[in-house]
Formats: sequence, C-alpha cells, structure tokens
Amino acid sequence: MDTRLLLGPTLVVSAILFVLGVAGVLVRRNAIVVFMCVELMLNAVNLTFIAFAQLHGVSGQIMVFFVMTVAAAEAAVGLAIILAIFRHTQSVDLAHINLLKG
Amino acid sequence: MIQLVWLAVLFPLLGAVINAALAFRRPMAKTAVSIVGVGVMAAAFAVALAVFRELQQSPVASYSVVLWHWMPVTDRLSIDLAFQVDHLSSVMLLVITGVGGLIHLFSVGYMRSDPGYARYFAYLNLFIVFMLVLVLGASLPVSFIGWEGVGLCSYLLIGFWYEVDANSNAGKKAFLANRIGDFGVLIAMFLIWWSLGTLDFTGIMMQGGAHWSRGSTMPLLVALFLFLGCTGKSAQIPLYVWLPDAMAGPTPVSALIHAATMVTAGVFLVVRTAAVFTLAPVALEVVAVVGALTAFFAATIGLRQYDIKKVLAYSTVSQLGYMFLGVGTTAFASGIFHLITHAFFKALLFLGAGSVIHAMHHALHHAHSHADPQDMRNMGGLRRAMPWTFALMGIATLAIAGVPPFAGFFSKDEILGAAFARGSEHPIYYVCWALGLAAALMTAFYMSRLVAMTFFGKYRGGEKSAEHLHEAPWVMTGPLVILAILTIGGGLINLPHFAGGSSWLEHWLAPVVQVAMMMVTPTPEIPSGMETTLIALAIVAAVTGLVGGYVLTTRSSIVTPEHAPEERGIWSLLYHKYYVDEVYHRLIVDPTMWLSRRALWQTVDAFLIDRIGVGGTARLAEGLGWLGSRLQNGQVAFYVTMFAVGAVLILRTLVR
Repeated sequence: MDTRLLLGPTLVVSAILFVLGVAGVLVRRNAIVVFMCVELMLNAVNLTFIAFAQLHGVSGQIMVFFVMTVAAAEAAVGLAIILAIFRHTQSVDLAHINLLKG
Repeated sequence: MIQLVWLAVLFPLLGAVINAALAFRRPMAKTAVSIVGVGVMAAAFAVALAVFRELQQSPVASYSVVLWHWMPVTDRLSIDLAFQVDHLSSVMLLVITGVGGLIHLFSVGYMRSDPGYARYFAYLNLFIVFMLVLVLGASLPVSFIGWEGVGLCSYLLIGFWYEVDANSNAGKKAFLANRIGDFGVLIAMFLIWWSLGTLDFTGIMMQGGAHWSRGSTMPLLVALFLFLGCTGKSAQIPLYVWLPDAMAGPTPVSALIHAATMVTAGVFLVVRTAAVFTLAPVALEVVAVVGALTAFFAATIGLRQYDIKKVLAYSTVSQLGYMFLGVGTTAFASGIFHLITHAFFKALLFLGAGSVIHAMHHALHHAHSHADPQDMRNMGGLRRAMPWTFALMGIATLAIAGVPPFAGFFSKDEILGAAFARGSEHPIYYVCWALGLAAALMTAFYMSRLVAMTFFGKYRGGEKSAEHLHEAPWVMTGPLVILAILTIGGGLINLPHFAGGSSWLEHWLAPVVQVAMMMVTPTPEIPSGMETTLIALAIVAAVTGLVGGYVLTTRSSIVTPEHAPEERGIWSLLYHKYYVDEVYHRLIVDPTMWLSRRALWQTVDAFLIDRIGVGGTARLAEGLGWLGSRLQNGQVAFYVTMFAVGAVLILRTLVR
C-alpha cells in the first residue's frame, strides 16, 4: 500500500490531537493536566514529523527523537516545579499561581 | 614715540595686574600698592606728554598704530587692533592720565584706612586702561572694548563697598542703564558696516561723506543710535538716572569716573564720529536739544539736594548737557574744551568734597555720632577747620559758575555763543541757548549754596565732633592745588580772540573735524556788540546766582536732617528729583519684573515647560506603562490564550 495515501488521514489525526492539546492548555486549570496537554501537542507534532518522513527521508524521524528527549527533560523539570509549587501553596490550580504580575 | 603709544596703555595694565595680585596675596602691602598704582600713572602721563610733544612738531595730523590683526573676518571686513593718535586722542590722553594720576594720588590719602586698598587700586588702574583704549581706538570695535570696559570698572567701583546692599544695587543700575546705551552703539556699528563696509573712524568719515547724502535716513539712524549710547555713558536724558546713584562709590571714583573721564566718553564719541552727525542735521538738533534739556533739568534738581555728592552729581549731568549742546551746535572744539575744563574743576570739586567727607567722617566717628557725613545740613563753618579745602573749592565754584577769568567761563560762554549763533538758522537753538543760560544761573546758585552750607555759618555736626575736624593730609591737598592751578589757567588753552587769545584748542582740533565741518554751514558770526551783550548776560547770570545762593542760604536757618521739615510744593518735586526714578520703576522695572516673574518664570517655565512639557512626558510614559502592565496579570491561562491567538494570527499571515 502506498504510504502516501495514509498522509492525509495521519495529518488529520495529528491536527485533532494538537487542537485537543491546545484546548486542554487553554481551558484546564490543573497544572498537571495542562502539562499533559502540552505533551499531547508535542506528540501531535511528532506524528506529523513521522508522516512527512515517509516522503522526505529520515530527518523527520531523527527530529522526533530530539522532541522526545526534550519532552522527557521537560517532564522531569516541569513536574519538579509543579511539586515545588504544590509544597508551597498546597495547590496545583493555575489560577492561584499568580504572584508574578504588573 | 607715537608708535610706542601702546606703552601708555601697558603701564596701567601692568599696574592693574600687579595690584590685583597684591589684592589676593598681600592686601595689607599698602606702600607697594601706592607706589605701583601711582607710579604707572606717572609713567603713562610721561608717555602721553611725549606723544603730544611729538605730534605738535609733526606735519602729519593723524597716525595709525597697528598692533595686530584682530579680526580678519572676510575680505571686506578686517579689523585691526589699532590705535589712532591724532590731535583729539592726544589731548584726551593728557587729560585722562593727568587728572587720573592726580586722583590716584589723592586716593592714597583718602583710601588709606580701607581694607580693600589693593583691590581699589587694581580697579582704578584697570579703568585707566579701558579709558585709554576708548579714546585711542582707531575703529569702533576697538573703542567699544574700552567703552564696555569702563562700564565694567564703573560697576565694580560703584559697588566697591558691596557689603551695603544699596551700593551694589547702584552698581547694577549703572551697568544696566549703560547696557541700554551700549545696545545703541552696537546697532550703530552693524548699520555702519552694513552700509559702508568699514568700521575705522577715518573710513567712516571718508565713506560716509561719499556714500551718504546729507539729511538721508541712514546717517540719521546711525547718529541716533550712537547718541543713544552717548546718553547712557554720558548720563543724558533719558538714561541719566544711574549717575546720581553712582555716588555710592568712593569719592575719588566719583571724581575720576563719574565726573572727569568716563562720562565724557559720549561727548568724545560724538566728536570722533562728527562726520556722521553733520550728515544728519536732525540728529544734531536732537543732540543739542537733549543736551540743553538735560543741562536745565539736572540743574533744577541740584537746587534742592542736601547730599554734597548728589549736588555735584546733578551738576555733572548738567555740565555734560552743556557739552552735548556744544557738539550739537557743531561747536565740537567748544564741547571738548568744556570737557577738559570740566574735568579740571569737577575733579577739584569732587576731591574737595571728598576731603570734606573725609574730615566729617573722622570727626563724627570720634564723637560716636551716626549723622550722615555727606549731608550738608550736618556741616557748616568748615572754612575755619579746613582753610585749604575751602579756598580750593571756592576756586572751583567760581569756575563752574562761569566767573571770568576761570576756565569754566570761557568754555561755557563758547557753547552758549555757538547755540545763540545757530539760532539764526533754526529757532530751536534760541530755546537751547535760553535753557543753557538758565542752567548757568542755577549752577551758580546751587554751587554757592553748597559752599555756603558747607563752609559758612555755624558747625551743625555737634560740639563733640567739632574739635576733631582737621584739614586733609598733603597727599590729598597736593593734587587739589594742582587741579586748582589748572582750573584757574585752563581757559588759556582756548582763550578766545576778544580776551586776547588765539583759540589754540579750536585750531588744534580743526583737522579732526575738518571733514565733518565741510558738510555743514559754518557757524554764523555774531555781531561784536551782540557778543558783548551775551558775555555780559552770562556774567550777570553767574554773579546773580552766586550772590543769590549765598544770601538765601546764609539767611535761612538750616536744620539738621533729623529735624528737617517736610519739603513742600515745588521744592518737594525737586527734592524728589521729579520722581523720575519712581516713574521708571513703574514703567520699566515693574513690568519687567512682572514679565520675568509671572509670565516667563511662573507661566512659561514652571507651568508650560516644567508641568506640561517635562511632567507631561513623564505622565504619558507612566500611563502607557500602566496600560501595558495590565497585560501581565499573573494568569497563565490568559498568557496562553494570548499566545495562541498570536500564533493563529501569525499563521494566518504566513499561510495565505
């Protein structure tokens, strides 16, 4: 089966995932959920990379490894920050984390 | 020697520098200061004498001594720092260094106990420098250096005792009044350069005659602006008000600057630029009328002043008016003649007054009295204590009153004669002559009143101080004696034909005003019968004034200032100097203050610039910053939304 025929549906799935991620980031107030939504967006992008890699060579797949690495690091740092905030405020509600403002 | 004329300027300059250095380092080294201060004047006088002698024998009437190229501005305008040694400047040189030297010598005695002795002599020497630059300058800019410089020295010396507020205010007043006049000179300079392309005095004379027609607008404008400068420097209506206040300075300063030399600079300038004035007959009339009016009004004020120096100050204003009446009737030589004789007798009068004030000050000081040592109502009967001063001031009084054969008689008579003679051309000159004659009568009156109040009658300063009255030391009376000799014999330099003379000064100055005199009709001859009548009239006026002043003053009972009754009627008007100072205050000072305080300071500066301009900009930035800071509200969701919206917008523009 020609992989090019799968490009369109794959991109549609990727877009749906991405929009879900964006919507989650925009509407949810729980920091961990927001965090997961960010991961969802990253993975949507990964999917796009993979899909295009079928046409343009392996550089897209290599890029996915980078994204996964960064995502892993980000998850570690981000979760640590969220933990620290939770210890400080007993809350992971983003609406309450508003000390930095003009 | 003529090429070395700059030595006459250099010596006093050295004196000023050394004395200034001493004033800073060794203010108590009074002997050194005296030797330097008076010594440089003697040297300058020697130079002046040598220059004069050489010029007398020289066939050339005018030399130009170029020191260096000062301002090579363009091809058309190149100003040298050059001195013009001619018959006029050589005479002025002699008067300034001669009378100036005597006054320096007098100051040694008068200022002996003053803590600012060195500073005083530094200023005095510096004044001589600038005065010599003024009269020697070969072009208007060079003379203008001196013109401004003497103004500066005058300011410094009027406010010499600057601890007293009134003194420094008087200095400021003099400086400001002079500045108004200086503005006129500057405008005149610009106009001359614009129109003639030269600023040399000889150039102005030649080019003016060639390019300007008689009676046209340009010479009229130039002459009037120059005359504005003269009214400032020479204390004529309307700018005379600073001179009476200038008496706040030490008395020898009043003698040197505010009587003998600086105030005559205006007369000198008119003679120097005589060609401009003769090209503008209207300007000449203005000069004559202003001179006559000043002579008259200042004399009336002098009638009712009690401060001995104020009387002399108004007398100076009045006599300067005579000089302008002289030059305004194209009797340039007579104007200069009166300038010279006036320098002699007015210096003598002021120094005599200084001697009186000196004695009064010491006597009152010893008696612990706080009476004013300058108020003539506190004096009286001083002729017994101060016979020399009395005799010498008496001579000067006869001279200024115009009693023959003293110097003042001849010079004043010539000016009045010239005014009368011009009367046949224009009746306004008859008015000037009448004003001048009336002023002569009043001059005699107030001078004899001054002498009567000071030297005759009973001493009114209190018994305790009477025994401390004493004659001044020789270093003060010595210069007075020399000035008295000059006052008696000064008339000889321009003795008219009817008195058996040859009008030497008139012939001597003829080359200076030769070009100028070609533009005007010669002064009409007065028939000899008429001339005798005029002279008789002048003598009658002088004698009437003198006798009247003496009789009225000695008959009336003079009371000391603290018991003095209120002045009434016309006397009050004269005593308050026609309220001119008050009127000027209302018309000029107050509006200026209002403009400065209310309009410029409070409205323009404090409100428009500070509040609206500077403060407004700050508040604008603050407001914009506040608006911007509303975006940073701490809500991460809001940031993300903004980010998403921004990303969508960017994508929208990228993906078409």
